[in-house]
Amino acid sequence: MALLERLKRPWPDHRAERMLGAVSLLVGVAIIAMVVFVVTRAWPIFQHNGISWLTGGASLEQEFARMSAASASPTAADYQLRAWPLIYGTLITTVMAVVLGLIVGLLASIFIVELAPARVSRAVIPMVRLLASIPSVVYGLIGILVLVPYVGNHLVTEHERRAMQGTVQLTGAGLGVTVVILTVMITPIMIALICEALVAVPSSWREGAVALGLNPLRAVRAVTLPAIRPAIVAAAVLATARALGEAVMIQMVSGGKSFAPRPGDGITFLWEPLRTLASAIVDYREGLASPPLKAAIYSFALLLLFAAFAMSISGYLVKLPLRKYQTRG
Amino acid sequence: MSTPETGPASSWLWSWRDVRPAPGKGGGPGRGRRSSPLSWRWGDRLVLVLAWLVGGLLCLIAGSIVVYMGVRGIEYLSPSVIFSHPTIAENGATSGGFLDPLLGTMLLTVIGIVLALPLGLVCATWLVEYGRPAWLARVVESSIEIVAGTPDIVIAIFGLALFQVRLLAPLSVTAEGGGVFGRSFIAAGALMSLLALPPIYTASRDGLQGVPSHMREAAFALGKTRITTIRRVLVPNVRSNIATGAVLGISRMIGSTAIVLILLGGFGRFEPQGAMPAIGLLRGTGSSLTSYVYYNSPAGEGVAPQKAYAAAFVLLIFVLALNLIVERIGRSQARAAGLAKSTPGS
Repeated sequence: MALLERLKRPWPDHRAERMLGAVSLLVGVAIIAMVVFVVTRAWPIFQHNGISWLTGGASLEQEFARMSAASASPTAADYQLRAWPLIYGTLITTVMAVVLGLIVGLLASIFIVELAPARVSRAVIPMVRLLASIPSVVYGLIGILVLVPYVGNHLVTEHERRAMQGTVQLTGAGLGVTVVILTVMITPIMIALICEALVAVPSSWREGAVALGLNPLRAVRAVTLPAIRPAIVAAAVLATARALGEAVMIQMVSGGKSFAPRPGDGITFLWEPLRTLASAIVDYREGLASPPLKAAIYSFALLLLFAAFAMSISGYLVKLPLRKYQTRG
Repeated sequence: MSTPETGPASSWLWSWRDVRPAPGKGGGPGRGRRSSPLSWRWGDRLVLVLAWLVGGLLCLIAGSIVVYMGVRGIEYLSPSVIFSHPTIAENGATSGGFLDPLLGTMLLTVIGIVLALPLGLVCATWLVEYGRPAWLARVVESSIEIVAGTPDIVIAIFGLALFQVRLLAPLSVTAEGGGVFGRSFIAAGALMSLLALPPIYTASRDGLQGVPSHMREAAFALGKTRITTIRRVLVPNVRSNIATGAVLGISRMIGSTAIVLILLGGFGRFEPQGAMPAIGLLRGTGSSLTSYVYYNSPAGEGVAPQKAYAAAFVLLIFVLALNLIVERIGRSQARAAGLAKSTPGS
């Protein structure tokens, strides 16, 4: 009781400062612990493969099967891992979604801020927010119950199916559906960042351009877009970070095969199944009892963590010149 | 105010309340358009049409998701589905409802917000009001940024490693032989709080930085200490920012699937660990709406896609309601700011 009374009284300032500082430090320590934990769990993979596990060569499906079958005291051969198909899957989905999203996001932002009548843009903004807040499992559900069957039944032709019969089964789940949904998921983030930058551009700049006889669209291209270039890059970086880490939705609609889609296959490329680093973690979440598989899963997590670091550092670097121009606030 | 760095889909998405340049200040470029698009070059007209198409497309996608989920949800939703316990069954007819997942979502959200709200607020306050030594402030700031950028699947897998440590074994499910699974409501809720931390931190920090310094000076002049100023003046002043951050955090937690799949791991019912009623529940496993949707879709067991639709619809309603709350808070905040600005001589 006495303690409670003492806490109720106004604290001396130095104690308050130390208390608040200690709690903040706790958050910092937790994050460092996260990195340490993931690195130590992933270590066996590096021990047995060096960094060559980032390359390809062997059949990943067979390696996963061997890993899950490994005993409690695994041999060095059980740790053999060549994870290139996963890295490739992550890269290709991310790059395609970000490029598509950048085009859509730029057009949509220009539309919302510069072109649409106020009433229309007031209606579009809540829609974009809604897209941003739909949980990924709902996107996944729509993908797996609506889009995948549609693609499988209507877009994949019998000829394509037969051509791929020996290598992989085309069910409709695959690169195309994954990229489309991923694009819808990351575009709102880009729109938010780009819109914010567009609004911050002083309107006198635009007025100057319009006064020189440019139409609004040309004014955007000549004046506004160059001014917000750092914001566009920052938006792309943030969207990339989000796309890299998307796990559940991709696991649901990507087909879940450690197959690297081949761009040489023409349109079939879009129907080929794949697996990303994040979706592999979801796939093998029940296999943590086997030490090699556990190490493999943590090494995927480590790679994602590194990618996230790289993204936040480049996001920071990109925003440095942006600060200089920030006119608001 | 600083640029928002933290948190995908965090507060900046909600901060563009009125993105249009204010009318009256010469009107923007778009308004009072002199040149009719009919006189533009073909390329420009094409881009204009594309921009309208993209804007329309986004609305169409959002609208059709809501309508489709609504139709499917109402079709399959009934009180018996909401208020009955899930059972393990071969087909959808006998698999019960999703009362347990619904309560599980609420339980997780409560645990998460109880942890994240004080942490986020304290971090923001310490950084803005004290922030010494500078290197420590930098460390804390960057670590929150790192959390914001870390995929939730990585957070989940880290949580599993953390709660499998012997020392933390009492907090989660333990096998007969003494193996620690690291799965429980406590584990999932604690790691979920990391999802809610960045939005709460960002919103509180921006709010505190936006408090004009004369308010602090007035409090100091009245002989208040720094901590009293924080408690009596600053925090009450940024209450709506904190609320926005908290709601955003809640909506991230409600939607999170990866953490539940990995750290809760149950299929349906609550499975308490040990005999103690409340503590056993917290130490035990269960499910949430997101994992229920996952396991009932073809990606999981796939026994009852209709129930996945119904649960996803409930999830969507939660998200929509939270969206509305944020918008409401934002609007009243904007109105308050407008009032403050229009007061002469302030």
